[in-house]
Amino acid sequence: MNALLQNHADEIQAILAKYPADKAGKRSAVMPLLYLAQHDYGYVTKEAIREIAECCEITDTEVASIIGFYSLYYDQPSGKYRVQVCTDLPCALRGAEEFLEKLCENLGIKVGETTPDGRIKVEAVMCLAGCDKAPMFQVQGPEGLEYHESQTVDSALEVINKLGQG
Amino acid sequence: MADHILLRHRDIPGLDQIQTYRQYGGFEAWKKVVTKLDPIDVTNEIRASGLRGRGGAGFPTGMKWSFIDGQNWPHYVVANADESEPGTFKDREIMESNPFQFLEGVAICAYAVKANDAYIYLRGEFWQIAHKLDKCIAEMETAGVLGDRIFGTNASLHMHTHLGAGAYICGEETALLESIEGKLGQPRLRPPFPPAFGLFGKPTIVNNVETLTNVPFIVSRGAEWYKSIGTEKSPGPKVFSLSGCVNRPGNYELPLGTTFRELIYDHGRGIPEGHKIKAIMPAGASSSLIIANDEALATPMDYESVPKVGAQLGSASVIVIDDSISIPWLLNKTIHFFKHESCGKCTPCREGTYWMMHLTERISKGEATKNDVMLLQDVANQLKGKCLCALGEFSIEAVLTGIERFPADFEAVTVKTNS
Repeated sequence: MNALLQNHADEIQAILAKYPADKAGKRSAVMPLLYLAQHDYGYVTKEAIREIAECCEITDTEVASIIGFYSLYYDQPSGKYRVQVCTDLPCALRGAEEFLEKLCENLGIKVGETTPDGRIKVEAVMCLAGCDKAPMFQVQGPEGLEYHESQTVDSALEVINKLGQG
Repeated sequence: MADHILLRHRDIPGLDQIQTYRQYGGFEAWKKVVTKLDPIDVTNEIRASGLRGRGGAGFPTGMKWSFIDGQNWPHYVVANADESEPGTFKDREIMESNPFQFLEGVAICAYAVKANDAYIYLRGEFWQIAHKLDKCIAEMETAGVLGDRIFGTNASLHMHTHLGAGAYICGEETALLESIEGKLGQPRLRPPFPPAFGLFGKPTIVNNVETLTNVPFIVSRGAEWYKSIGTEKSPGPKVFSLSGCVNRPGNYELPLGTTFRELIYDHGRGIPEGHKIKAIMPAGASSSLIIANDEALATPMDYESVPKVGAQLGSASVIVIDDSISIPWLLNKTIHFFKHESCGKCTPCREGTYWMMHLTERISKGEATKNDVMLLQDVANQLKGKCLCALGEFSIEAVLTGIERFPADFEAVTVKTNS
């Protein structure tokens, strides 16, 4: 049984239609399908890897290698929301490192940790193309991926508190 | 520049709405191309305009299009919207606010190189922009300017977005193609180059978002008009992403050849009070460090002049560094980035960035000796000319120029050796 295929038959068909109708084209669907699975399950489960491999006609190992290579795919569960603060050079020049430190202090966690209620994981990430509006971060969660720019610790805490409330 | 060409949404509110875009002449160039011009005429016009690739390399766009292999089919066009260079945020603004002009550029390129399918490869973080572009593409299909029987002719073109998933290396064009093929984003050995062997092994033209956004205006106003902007060898407007220690960071559309001084002081309103400008990185983290003296500030930002002060224009992501910043700290930042983003395919980059990260960390913490600085220089020189792609090659630019041009910063943080 392939739950992913059953639950998203039309969507998967539309994804496959973007690429050539041969074996190579099927493989191209691996990245969009990983997003689909991650959205459904919160992370890419072992079962999802098998389902995606079947849809794309590649091996489980090949799917797993894609998860390992790209930083936006996760094969482990974590906080419901990932708050990812850019601390690369241009952001760091505008106080992103102090911002991240103070934000974590306020949440009572260290960088890379998840809040005890399992809701928020805070991470430092590489450049997000928001250099002129630092400090900035992106939130990855069940609703998708959202940017929050020109932030202060207070405004960020407000964003975090409101996550999941529409 | 009074009227924007690329950031035209700043002059025309609502330009991301198809009705508004059409009201201001949108798709006229595309219509002219499809109904009146031969593909070769389009390529020749772009060639005559002198447009050069805005992703960083500055390669002549029309020449690239002319390289497409006419013996092997089908052809593809791929727009590189992976924008991941630290300090670069121009393509994002174009796609968010002026998406139709970009898509019109993609369409014109596809017609010129006889491609019926075009892919737009966006970095995974641009999830919302990809959704926006999907919507724009659907609206264009409904309006009959995309899909089959475009403007009632036999021309057909389908556009698809493809999201990456957080890998800087996918901005390298062959790694990007691998990624669309559902593989690890690792660069291919070149030649063959994409115009001969690209996506799915077929002839492919890969162009940056900003490059393609220039195209509709060149078609509608002509190559001669385009060449009247900028310099002789670097014609046209450019979006400069200004960031770092500056009062008003942001994107500024200016003619190529504008000086660093004008960008940083007139448009960026200078350095925060109490500080002095120390260095400039004109091409993001991949850049050499320029000493920000009068000569450097008076240098025109174009592909020919920036090398004269010891750097490259690249994607024109100008990061300003003031005198409160320690160069060893800065190098640790950039090398940490490159180490994280190295794809691991070639040894010099994979190992070199790893060792440079440890060395710059030790140096920036003040725990290193002068020998460590020499070792860092030595490792960097061993990467030079040996990497499979520009990621490794560019990772050493700031390291080597930083040590050479800012020796006092390293004196200050190294400890005395016993010997």
